[in-house]
Amino acid sequence: MNEQSRGSSPRTLTFEIFRFNPEDPESKPHTQIFELEEEPFMSLYIALNRIREQFDPSLQFDFTCRESICGACGMIVNGRPALGCKTLTNNLPEHITLFPLPVFKLVGDLSVDTGTWFRQMVERTEAWIHPDKDFDANATEEKMSDELSQAIYEGDRCIECGCCIAACGVANVDPEFLGAAGLNRVARFIVDPRDKRTDSEWFEIVAGEQGVFACFGMMACEDICPKDLPLLEVNAYLRRKMLASRFAASNS
Amino acid sequence: MSTQIVTTDVLVIGGGLAGERCAIEAATAGHEVLILSLVPPRRSHSCAAQGGMQAALGNCVMADGDSPDLHFLDTVRGSDWGADQEVARIFADEAPLAVRELAHFGVPWTRVKGGRNQYFIKGEKVEIDEHEDTDGLIMHRDFGGTAKWRACYAAAATGHAALYAVDSQVARLGIEVRDRTEAVALIHDGENCLGAVVRCLRTGTHFAVIAKATVIATGGYGRIYGQYTTNAVINEGTGASIALDTGIVPLGNMEAIQFHPTTLAPSGILVTEGCRGDGGYLLDRDLNRFMVEAEPEKQELASRDVVCRHMMQVIRDGKGVNASFGPHLWLDIRHLGEEHVTTKLREVFEICQNFVGLHPAHDLIPVRPTQHYSMGGIRVNKDGEAYNMSGLFAAGEAACWDMHGFNRLGGNSLAETLVAGRIVGMRVADYVSGWSGDVNTSTALEGVAAAEKRSRDWLEREGSGPGVYEIRDKMGEIMLHKVGIFRHGDELAEAVSDLRELAEQTDSAVLKSKAPGMNPELTFALRLKGMLKLALCVATGALAREESRGAHHRSDFPKRDDHKWLNRTLARWSPGDDEPTLNYEPVGLIDLPPGSRGYGGAESIDMSISIGEHNDAVIQEQTAAGRRDTLDRMGSRLRPGEWSDAQHGLENQ
Repeated sequence: MNEQSRGSSPRTLTFEIFRFNPEDPESKPHTQIFELEEEPFMSLYIALNRIREQFDPSLQFDFTCRESICGACGMIVNGRPALGCKTLTNNLPEHITLFPLPVFKLVGDLSVDTGTWFRQMVERTEAWIHPDKDFDANATEEKMSDELSQAIYEGDRCIECGCCIAACGVANVDPEFLGAAGLNRVARFIVDPRDKRTDSEWFEIVAGEQGVFACFGMMACEDICPKDLPLLEVNAYLRRKMLASRFAASNS
Repeated sequence: MSTQIVTTDVLVIGGGLAGERCAIEAATAGHEVLILSLVPPRRSHSCAAQGGMQAALGNCVMADGDSPDLHFLDTVRGSDWGADQEVARIFADEAPLAVRELAHFGVPWTRVKGGRNQYFIKGEKVEIDEHEDTDGLIMHRDFGGTAKWRACYAAAATGHAALYAVDSQVARLGIEVRDRTEAVALIHDGENCLGAVVRCLRTGTHFAVIAKATVIATGGYGRIYGQYTTNAVINEGTGASIALDTGIVPLGNMEAIQFHPTTLAPSGILVTEGCRGDGGYLLDRDLNRFMVEAEPEKQELASRDVVCRHMMQVIRDGKGVNASFGPHLWLDIRHLGEEHVTTKLREVFEICQNFVGLHPAHDLIPVRPTQHYSMGGIRVNKDGEAYNMSGLFAAGEAACWDMHGFNRLGGNSLAETLVAGRIVGMRVADYVSGWSGDVNTSTALEGVAAAEKRSRDWLEREGSGPGVYEIRDKMGEIMLHKVGIFRHGDELAEAVSDLRELAEQTDSAVLKSKAPGMNPELTFALRLKGMLKLALCVATGALAREESRGAHHRSDFPKRDDHKWLNRTLARWSPGDDEPTLNYEPVGLIDLPPGSRGYGGAESIDMSISIGEHNDAVIQEQTAAGRRDTLDRMGSRLRPGEWSDAQHGLENQ
């Protein structure tokens, strides 16, 4: 166990935090400094709550599960998008800057509206199973190999935190770009045989101006993904799939 | 600025699995549905369910012979006979359908692999040949308190996979979701519920939603235990609070609080029961497997209430591991091997890496019991209708539907959200179709004005009163230390008096921030009194219940008392009172007579009347309360004694 700081004197951390409350006509975007003594196992979840409760109760940020499964707490930590809950201060220098994720609409301070962005992505790509028959309440489930199920699960693990979107050079210029999270979501359904959409339907969704070919290939998404999703592989898979389906269409 | 009024057929408060499944049912029936959620629905606490969802599909060898009959028996025994057995029956019968429906919605369930498989069972490495003809069916893992392997799972992210699948259906149906909104009061005329007053958590402004039917599906209220809970920070009981605020809608069995045996020390982050289901051990500081001696039959897989009590006893006996944050025990899954730990328990691996920097295939995991689940909640009948107010429904953890009684089995809550969501959704759809009421906007506008005044009062109050977070922390300490795993009348009486004092202090508490907009301190302050009221319902209910049943353990009354306490607590809060009023109703019709659970080894005091006399009395009481019509409409789903063949099959194995 990393019971850090035991025996030695704890560090004093300096937090430089972006502040702006759109609901307050007096509020102007600025950064504010807070100092906090480091504790063992201190995550940004613990640190930000301490700051709010001890120094400034108006500080806005989002946490829900605080265990890196809900995706609520994406923020820019020392220049890199990350989940606040699983970022431990002992992995950071003494000076810590925190900014809200770009691309998404600001709610206030570190809090951004990821819900609206992801719902529109789900609607645009129709990110739900398109089956060829209705659910039969009396039937046994259809069989599927465990290997295939695990492959679907691999893509299904995305928690829609928005870190890859915030890190994306394209999404920062064009918020309509599907981004790694959107493309990964589509790929998850392409891999799933329960979804009966055809190659040309997938082509419409993925190959448009805001689809996979809009990606510059800088791949910051894969570097920062808090769930370690294989986003580079997903990107390559989608490109291959789209090109193959286009060749098949032009040859027929 | 004029107050905004939104109208809809069905208002669903809460965007987790229960609320969304209910919304899907009502929308599919053609009704307009609006979902309110504190957070984007995919961030709801349902996503944190890890290990599994119980349904008796009987697909693998260790599940051979499983049936809804056995699932029903396990659920009632797990509840320590506190459950409503009709509801447990409906639940066990419908759970397989819920799992298969999720497969249709796209959940990547872990599947059976035909041929040779290696498992760990009761500390032994075992090789089992899965039948080739079951290859590709939905796999099961073992969980606590079940006769068969029954939990269906998607690695250790079952809740996440289920929530994304269900939310994708909500999007497909075009159901409107307003995230970052909080229902702060119900709109009602004392008899009918007509929607809710809502506070926007982006701007702090209020609006009214007028609806023919209102469903509360806001989950549990673990945060009344402060930081000593696995629950997300949003689980502050907002739905139960607004129901209690009506003064007439009762909450059921609030004293029935579940602690989870294995939560990461010190953060309280859940480590799934699937670890023990897959063969993990609990160890004391001498690396001794104390559960083998304590529960020779079930070992680490006794029910959660029983395992928690053994763990706390080991810690009390001085055999815990001492750390700077207090004593803990060890969870050992090293022997399952790296591949198993990083695939079937992948999320456990990630949590251990992220929060304590250890590798569970090589290191022991520090764990201790922490508050986890609320068996109690808004008391509803088997159709999900709240008592004393038509048009008000509840489902999921927010409800006391009551299939869990005094202890919920692991994996039964995830299954409940989907089974109840569907059943309650059907009833809501019927109710709205037959609705012929008046829409009176003046009650709604009065509700909005009252809510605005509450916010203003907080912002305008000055003085030297305590801060809201200080009160919250004190509440958490009281609940953990005096209303915890082992309870005693003296401590519970102290807890009631301490909590009443905190409730009083809340009336003079002062905000440090007057910031306009949602103002996080104000947002919390507006919930605080409600949380204290819920805490008081838990503590007064626990003090009054002079027996030990399931998770409610009284060291001064260690026996389960089926003579006096085979009943359900109902707590109402009359306006102006400083304590809830407690009443009791029978647990419901009994099919499986009270007896031994098969673990835990507690003694009990027998019923003094026959099951027949008990059931006659239940029917009389329900008829007198006007709830007999519900019974008849669905018809009783109990099939008395039909489980006996399954039970005998188990005994003859």
